[in-house]
Amino acid sequence: MTLLQFFARHHREIFQGTLEHIWLVGIAMLLAVGIGVPLGIIVAKRPWLSKPILGGANIAETIPSLALFGFLLPVPWLGGRADRLAIAALALYALLPIIRNTAAGITGVQHAVRDAARGMGMTERQILLQVELPLSFSTILAGIRIATVLTIGIATIAAAVGAGGLGEFIFRGLAMVNNQLILAGAIPAALLALGADAVLSLLERRLRPVRA
Amino acid sequence: MPNNSSGNSNTPSNVSAADASATAIELRNVSYNLPNGRSLLHDLSLTVENGETLVLLGRSGAGKSTALKLINRMLELSGGEIRVEGKSTIDWDPIALRRHIGYVIQEIGLFPHYTVEQNISLVPRLEKWPEDRTRARVAELMKLVGLEPAKFLHRHPHELSGGQRQRVGIARALAADPPILLLDEPFGALDPLTRGELQREFQELEQLIRKTIVLVTHHVGEALLLGSRIGVIEAGTLVGLYTPKEFLAAKEPVAAGYVANLRMYPNEEGDL
Repeated sequence: MTLLQFFARHHREIFQGTLEHIWLVGIAMLLAVGIGVPLGIIVAKRPWLSKPILGGANIAETIPSLALFGFLLPVPWLGGRADRLAIAALALYALLPIIRNTAAGITGVQHAVRDAARGMGMTERQILLQVELPLSFSTILAGIRIATVLTIGIATIAAAVGAGGLGEFIFRGLAMVNNQLILAGAIPAALLALGADAVLSLLERRLRPVRA
Repeated sequence: MPNNSSGNSNTPSNVSAADASATAIELRNVSYNLPNGRSLLHDLSLTVENGETLVLLGRSGAGKSTALKLINRMLELSGGEIRVEGKSTIDWDPIALRRHIGYVIQEIGLFPHYTVEQNISLVPRLEKWPEDRTRARVAELMKLVGLEPAKFLHRHPHELSGGQRQRVGIARALAADPPILLLDEPFGALDPLTRGELQREFQELEQLIRKTIVLVTHHVGEALLLGSRIGVIEAGTLVGLYTPKEFLAAKEPVAAGYVANLRMYPNEEGDL
């Protein structure tokens, strides 16, 4: 049986797995953006908090992914369901690039622009919302893009704790020494990553601020 | 004490007693230290009268820009007091104080993601002016600073020349019609020809707008051209305060040094 025939025969399961994968990554990314962007703003604005926040995110990043799923298992609400557990772990992985790029975008706004904004009598909040965030939008989006691509890859490991997704095929294929089964997980995952990268890159270029 | 050589000692005190509101800005024994303790300004005292243009002249790092930033509370005083329209700056809400004072810096600091129109209308929009009033004001200001609205309204800063950008910077500072204007080396980053053009135009503008202006520069010609008085700052304090005419005849070594420097160029005086 060729690979194409295999894909044709199992397209329903593969499609199902892909949807699960997108769901895991999508929710994890929403969480990571919701937490990471505010944390990035804090890192940029409150230097004394930048070390603990970046340090924490760095540590999460260095834990091997399989181990991280294991560590989260005993956590009361999270450990109870495989998809919650997987989403939490993926969100933790996605945090660092988002925090870092948000902070870099904001601290990268030219001093003169910030000085002028303050001198014109804008409040800190107005400066953040009307000047700093719009000017760092494409940098933040680059962080989100990197995190998304990373998370799509790592999400295949979520199948190890029974969270489903394309990893399911990879693990089954490994157990059964069936390359076609492995590829049924790996190829759609790679295409997802490439697709996400392409779409987000395009958005990033569109939103790149004009230079002063 | 500033070496104020004008008139006898009775006249100034009589004037200030009779008309206290003539003073727009008053600096009293102002000092500013960096967090590491280094002193940038010490014991600086001077007054800026309503409607005059006071130029602070001094070398780079003398503390001129710091003095400006203390007036609009971009920096907080380490000692002394600054009164703006009779009220101490610490009693002003800093946001209200800054919206009351136009501010122009050498690097201009236009918002790169805003059009010319949006940049100029910044403070009116923050102050929630009605839209038609804001629009009319933007058009009026653009004409005032010599930018044709139809051509420049929707351009972004990166589509403008340095001189055009600084015109927008000046228009932005004037937008909400603040009675006071602080200019920090406004023409410093421009090439000599553009600088000269803008200086001459600004001189006309001064007559038109009648603001209280404090302008910081290290360019003697600019000080003489635009200033009604010139305060010489050296190593963080005021070493002399002159009218342009007095400045040219000053005996005090720093001022005399500037004048000597000016005379080094044979034709520079014609350019004053």
